[in-house]
Amino acid sequence: MKVELYDVHKRFGTVRANDGISLVIEAGTIHGLLGENGAGKTTLMKILSGYQSLDTGRILLDGQPVKFASPAEAIRAGIGMLHQDPLDVPPLTVLDNFVLGRETGLMQRRAAARRELAELCQRFGFDLDPEALTSSLTIGERQQLELVRLLSQGVRVIILDEPTTGISAPQKVLLFDTLRRLAAEGLSVIFVSHKLDEVEALCSRATVLRQGKVSGAVAAPFSGDQLVTLMFGQCLSRSQRPDVPLGQVALRLADVAARTYRLRVEHLNLAVREGEIIGLAGLEGSGQQILMQLCAGILKATSGHVFIGGQDMTHQPYQRFMEMGVGFVPAARLEEGMIPGLTLREHAALTSERGGFFISWPASEDRAQKMIRAFNIIGRSETRVEELSGGNQQRALLAMLPDRMRLLMLEHPTRGLDVESSRWVWSKLLQRREQGTAILFTSTDLDELVENSDRIVVFSGGKMAAPVDASAISCEELGYLIGGRRQ
Amino acid sequence: MKRSSLASLAWGLAPFVLTLITSSLILLFAGADPLEALGQILGGAFESTRKLADVIVALVPLLLCAAGMLITFAAGLWNIGVEGQMIAGALATTWVALGVKAPVYVMLPLTIIAGMAGGILWGALIGLLRSYGKVNEIFAGLGLNFCATALTNFLIFGPWKPPDGATMSGTDPFPQEAWMPIIGNTRASMIPLAIAIIAIIAVYFLLRDSYWGLKLKAIGQNAQAAQRMGINTRGNLILALAACGALAGLAGSVQTTAVYHRLIPSISGGYGYLSQLVVLLSGLRAEWVPLVVFFFSVIQVGSPRLELRMQLDSSLGGVLQSSVVLFFLLVRGLRQKLERKEG
Amino acid sequence: MANTLIIETIRSVLAASSPLVFAALGETLTERAGVVNLSLDGTILLSAMAGFVVALLSGSLMLGFAAAMVVGAAVALIIAYASIALKQNQAAVGFVLTLLCADLSSFLGQPFVRVPGPSVPHWPIPGLADIPLIGPILFNGDALVYTSYAAIIVIWWWIAKTQPGLKLRSIGERPEAAHSRGVPVNRLRYIYTAVGGALVGLGGAAYSLSVKLGWSHRHTAGMGWIALAIVIFGGWSPFRVAFGAYLFGFLKSLGSILQPVYPNVPTQIFQAAPFALMIVALLLVSGDFTERVLDYLPPKLRPIIASLLRGSPPAALGKPFEPQ
Repeated sequence: MKVELYDVHKRFGTVRANDGISLVIEAGTIHGLLGENGAGKTTLMKILSGYQSLDTGRILLDGQPVKFASPAEAIRAGIGMLHQDPLDVPPLTVLDNFVLGRETGLMQRRAAARRELAELCQRFGFDLDPEALTSSLTIGERQQLELVRLLSQGVRVIILDEPTTGISAPQKVLLFDTLRRLAAEGLSVIFVSHKLDEVEALCSRATVLRQGKVSGAVAAPFSGDQLVTLMFGQCLSRSQRPDVPLGQVALRLADVAARTYRLRVEHLNLAVREGEIIGLAGLEGSGQQILMQLCAGILKATSGHVFIGGQDMTHQPYQRFMEMGVGFVPAARLEEGMIPGLTLREHAALTSERGGFFISWPASEDRAQKMIRAFNIIGRSETRVEELSGGNQQRALLAMLPDRMRLLMLEHPTRGLDVESSRWVWSKLLQRREQGTAILFTSTDLDELVENSDRIVVFSGGKMAAPVDASAISCEELGYLIGGRRQ
Repeated sequence: MKRSSLASLAWGLAPFVLTLITSSLILLFAGADPLEALGQILGGAFESTRKLADVIVALVPLLLCAAGMLITFAAGLWNIGVEGQMIAGALATTWVALGVKAPVYVMLPLTIIAGMAGGILWGALIGLLRSYGKVNEIFAGLGLNFCATALTNFLIFGPWKPPDGATMSGTDPFPQEAWMPIIGNTRASMIPLAIAIIAIIAVYFLLRDSYWGLKLKAIGQNAQAAQRMGINTRGNLILALAACGALAGLAGSVQTTAVYHRLIPSISGGYGYLSQLVVLLSGLRAEWVPLVVFFFSVIQVGSPRLELRMQLDSSLGGVLQSSVVLFFLLVRGLRQKLERKEG
Repeated sequence: MANTLIIETIRSVLAASSPLVFAALGETLTERAGVVNLSLDGTILLSAMAGFVVALLSGSLMLGFAAAMVVGAAVALIIAYASIALKQNQAAVGFVLTLLCADLSSFLGQPFVRVPGPSVPHWPIPGLADIPLIGPILFNGDALVYTSYAAIIVIWWWIAKTQPGLKLRSIGERPEAAHSRGVPVNRLRYIYTAVGGALVGLGGAAYSLSVKLGWSHRHTAGMGWIALAIVIFGGWSPFRVAFGAYLFGFLKSLGSILQPVYPNVPTQIFQAAPFALMIVALLLVSGDFTERVLDYLPPKLRPIIASLLRGSPPAALGKPFEPQ
């Protein structure tokens, strides 16, 4: 089925998630959709699969205009989406999940469904036990289940959102084979990803989104380099910075391993000195966040040691890390960094290091005013933090940090900020650097990484490469490293 | 400007108006004169000094428990277990009152301390179940309420029964040294009232002006971010429950030493549950609590007259109280829904 | 004859527990859909009163039961509406309704206190009641008891074996997934809350028309809270919930049987037991204890014990669902 999107707009408050996107996907093709986080791919696909409504724009299927009010309507029209975290019901069995949602009246017609499931599994080489609990399946298997379910509902367009995160290599091979076969049968496959080598290997066409707009579209054969340029844009040359003498080792990781639900990292080794800035680069979910959480004490290592200022902090609680002068500025500002419902003045009170039982409101007001002035926050002391714009929230977060810190970690410090704010944030960070603070930050902006880091560490698939000297690398080279290409 | 404050007033009065309407309908359905009945309830509290004293008696546990619940609500907890904490305080006080011999100026402070201790224990228990056992505080609180009631009955009909046999009247009266001084021959007592007033004022300032209060609010709004900002979420939640328990335990204690001068089976008298209605109706704001408590106490005291004068069950008072809160919640929801549609 | 005594005891426990079975099963349905109806204690009181009064005044038992079910459903719908459409806290609204319905029942029921009224007639099933042993136990009751047996089986079958039952499970566990498959989450939540509430109402009327005849102040004595506890203890699964209800009934009667024999054992233990059991059940379910216990068992036993012990709450219980 041919899918056409014309001039799709979608806004969330002041953020333009989709800013006039047009896209054509031919039937029987695998079409890649690329872009970094926040580029707009997920929003666009949610619109296409009925989970979100668009503000303006047109969608055509096989030339017919369509409008969906719900995911179920989209499926009836023939479009199904396989989410990154498959939308299944974990306590139910595989067969239950397969059957749920079908219009079979009162009885489940399990026998017929069982046969259908077995047929589909056999066709694609999947091995799913109908009576197994869905919660016991691996992500790859849950994907397979969702895939056969969508196929059994008769979808002609399948959207896969970052399908290869967290599945095993054999499962990936199986998935790609399946997708090729489906395309050969006339289905359209939209492969949303930021893994360049996979897109290169699988897709006959690729569209790249950047900041809500289409940055470019290429047809096979295309190279990863083209994709990199489209995704990350052009690079500026690195500006000069005053050299700062490096101090003692502030942070050291010795053969650290850790894991989350989706990712396992091992053999993390890093030594960072006071006054150094380390940029952590890589595609989303490659391990940078885990490293930072390890260094902040939010995540506990399963093996290895974490040293802060020479002290072994491996099993210490988060409070102790804070006492040792470690700070963590999260990317999810309102969800993890600040308290919605509380004002700037109240945040100033909470983060001041005063003792005593009663808050001195004049002192807190004073501190809040100082914060507002020094960090150019557009807001008043009685403004609640959720009412501030993203840029001002970031400024507030930075303003609340203690004066002297040993180690400061920032997740995407300039995400969502305009150029002026970004520049301003970095000027503040460089000031701290001169005070001797060691800084680690993650970013998807190649410019930011090359411009501000002393060394850059590239993450890929949970593996950490040796740090490279930022002054000796260009944006393009960095892009290749991130895309998983070897020099 | 004028229009919106008029609208706000209308929204604010709506729950009361709706309550009057529905209660009148209920009264008509029951074959009674709405005006007369409502007049009895609302006026009953003012007809004699004795009645006014009864209002004071009702004010005390409501103020104390409401003050305590403001603390737990600030931290994002629903402490249904207040009733059990009251009982625990009463039990601890009875234990001291019946078992310890000392002059009055020792006994009374001792009973107060015992009451708070009992409540703290019962409240902290819920906190521990929640923090370490991950048991929801609503069900833990409910469960412990019933355990407290069962314990009370056990003690009254068992180890603490009066020498001449156990009855529903409870234990023997406390020795005189454990009686709170009462006003005249009413049941009102100044010391508990003073304590209650101090408590609500203290909680107001605690939540508004103290670091602990601010930390609790932070936890209540976003526990994860609060944790990241260095606030010990677990410890503070247990502390909040203990603080509420202290105040509730005090309320229970005072019921034994000032009102009944003994332990009776239903010592908490439903005040724990009623105080939750108070806090809900006050919109979780300490400055509104005294007014709402007064309103509820007036109804509490006036309701028995229905039985006397009109052969109606005094539960109508409870119906009024709960209806106001229900309509308050519904009206608020409706108002927010309309505002969402506009926005 | 000790034999007859035992048979009679079991029979009476089954009969006396049927109101609790109805109430707990009703709440199980509601909670499986993701909604907590905290107002049970008040609803049961109000529906018990309404059922009795309507049956008394109209002379028709069926009308009484119908009235009680309507009351139960109505109260439940208030909670559903307030939490789904008006986005108010389910626990808060449920709690206020508990007090409101309790007081309303006392007020409106006052003229009928200790008034003798109709009762559900005894109705042994011919033939089945004569089967040795199980006959007199199971088939020597009234229509209510038989309905309660049927309810347990029907509700189990509905949840476990039918397509709508699958939808029910999905909206309580992961409404986003259900929504993506076209299941109308909020509409179904309204329906199941109402049906659950109707069953609770049935339980209330069963009490005042069959178990403890008539009406008095606070007639049903905390049954609503016990029902809530039993739903948790029973792991939201119909057979286990029914087992919990019968267990409670048994403990209660045990209290009155054993009292003359062991006067020193406090009866209050039986009062507190369901709630202590509930807290223990919650500890097992919410903490890691079940996992640790299972680790110690030999592998062959694990699946059996696991299915007996496990019973986590529906994951989306109490949380509102937004389609977008």
